[in-house]
Amino acid sequence: MSAVRDTDLEGRPEEIRAVPVRHPGRWIAAAIVLVVAVAIVHSVATNPRFEWDVVGEYLFDERILEGLRITVELTIISMAIGVVLGVLLAVMRLSPNPLVSSASWLYIWFFRGTPVLVQIIFWYFISALYPKIDLGIPFGPAFIHGDANTLIHPFTAAILALGLNEGAYMAEIVRAGIISVEEGQSDAAHSLGMTRLQTMRRIVLPQAMRVIIPPTGNETISMLKTTSLVSVIAVGDLLYAAQAIYAVNFKTIPLLITASIWYLVCTSVLYVGQYYLERYYGRGSAREEALTPVQRMQRLLLIRHEQGGGAAGL
Amino acid sequence: MSEPMVLAEGVHKRFGRNEVLRGIDLTVPRGDVLCLLGPSGSGKSTFLRCINHLEKINAGRLSVDGELVGYKLVGDKLHELREAEVARKRAEIGMVFQHFNLFGHMTALENVTCAPVYVKRESREEARTRGRELLERVGLADKIDCYPSQLSGGQKQRVAIARALAMRPKLMLFDEPTSALDPELVGEVLEVMRGLARDGMTMVVVTHEIGFAREAASNVAFMEEGVVVEEGPPAELLSNPRHERTREFLSKVL
Repeated sequence: MSAVRDTDLEGRPEEIRAVPVRHPGRWIAAAIVLVVAVAIVHSVATNPRFEWDVVGEYLFDERILEGLRITVELTIISMAIGVVLGVLLAVMRLSPNPLVSSASWLYIWFFRGTPVLVQIIFWYFISALYPKIDLGIPFGPAFIHGDANTLIHPFTAAILALGLNEGAYMAEIVRAGIISVEEGQSDAAHSLGMTRLQTMRRIVLPQAMRVIIPPTGNETISMLKTTSLVSVIAVGDLLYAAQAIYAVNFKTIPLLITASIWYLVCTSVLYVGQYYLERYYGRGSAREEALTPVQRMQRLLLIRHEQGGGAAGL
Repeated sequence: MSEPMVLAEGVHKRFGRNEVLRGIDLTVPRGDVLCLLGPSGSGKSTFLRCINHLEKINAGRLSVDGELVGYKLVGDKLHELREAEVARKRAEIGMVFQHFNLFGHMTALENVTCAPVYVKRESREEARTRGRELLERVGLADKIDCYPSQLSGGQKQRVAIARALAMRPKLMLFDEPTSALDPELVGEVLEVMRGLARDGMTMVVVTHEIGFAREAASNVAFMEEGVVVEEGPPAELLSNPRHERTREFLSKVL
């Protein structure tokens, strides 16, 4: 401490000025990357078979935008079902009741063990298995009943398949998060008089989120693209809309590019969302909060400014 | 008022085949401070955890403030308490852990106010006012908005004590509160504990701080291999231990 104070009194010690080590390897690598990048961009931009004008024409086409809406809806609803189901299954999995935990295990085993495409088609054809559906108390009265074909249309089938499948994956992610929280946290919560449920909700899950969020972001991005599988049961998602258009005008490549652009836009938005979620749930774990890009920019400019000022003072 | 705060009679605890407590008899009168000494693995911490039912006992009787821990007597039959009832009783007993166990996602003040708000349903405002007072009392008025990761070990432990006090406990349990601290930070935590003892709080303290035991304890018990070897006022037990084993232990610790 005293050493620091001394230098404060006398002004800063002289900073080291040395000739930096040269890195010719880095310059060569950078040059190669640059050349390859330019070559790729040039080829993509000048090859007329990409038909960029067609891409531009269809980018904001009503049918494409409608498909985009369906894709986003499918992603959000399926992920919501997946997350809720995942928390439930994870808590069940960690339950002391062996029947409850094995039920969860069996669910995860089944839904992770079969391809999601099969599950989508399966739900689509559920009416072959159960022509009539009654929702209510088992062996008791039913509150909703009707024809399976009218109750489960393709969109519902898609939601069911994607959501139930996602639940199995989310369960493992949430379980990993819960396990990552030290047992001492539960001890402390219990000793303060919190019940198991309160401890889970107020103490364990909020801290598990730090571990849960990054893979969940991954799952959401994966889900966005997995929704394209529903085109097999004629749900009009983004890919299905593109397919419907190129089935008529045979502009296959440009329309696939159009769809890809929208997928990229959506994943980019998700990246930003994930960044801020991670930042929120990371509070208290890092000594200093992670900066937002805006703050980082401000700080960078500020430091430049200060350094400039300092140099002028000397 | 003659009822002791903690009464243990023949308390046994097993983990699988491993018998950790083999018949503990201890009494802690109201307002007393009992220090538990003993080598690691002697069952001190387990006994402490039994007092607020973090561990279930296998045999014997253990009661706090005249009520059985974890059970109730209906006629001559013991009934296990439901979770909510166990939680309600735990809320009246404060506990401080060796590794602090502060809630990492909450600031110091939130750590202190969370239980009064979630468990006692106090208003947030009321809890915050009292939380500030408590943090001030343990000397952390300037740290209320810090997260645990920004605090030193001694500061964390003082927040943990304030967190336990926020529930207005009638009994405080300390499980080696200074064992994980740097030597120079031990003093600040012991100072807070001395203050509590002076204010008449009933405390059971598992510790290796013989100095604290000598000064603050009403009674000291030396435990080994799941039994209390000897018990007595600190002046007697620490200066003139009757048992060879106690003498040996003290000579190593002092």
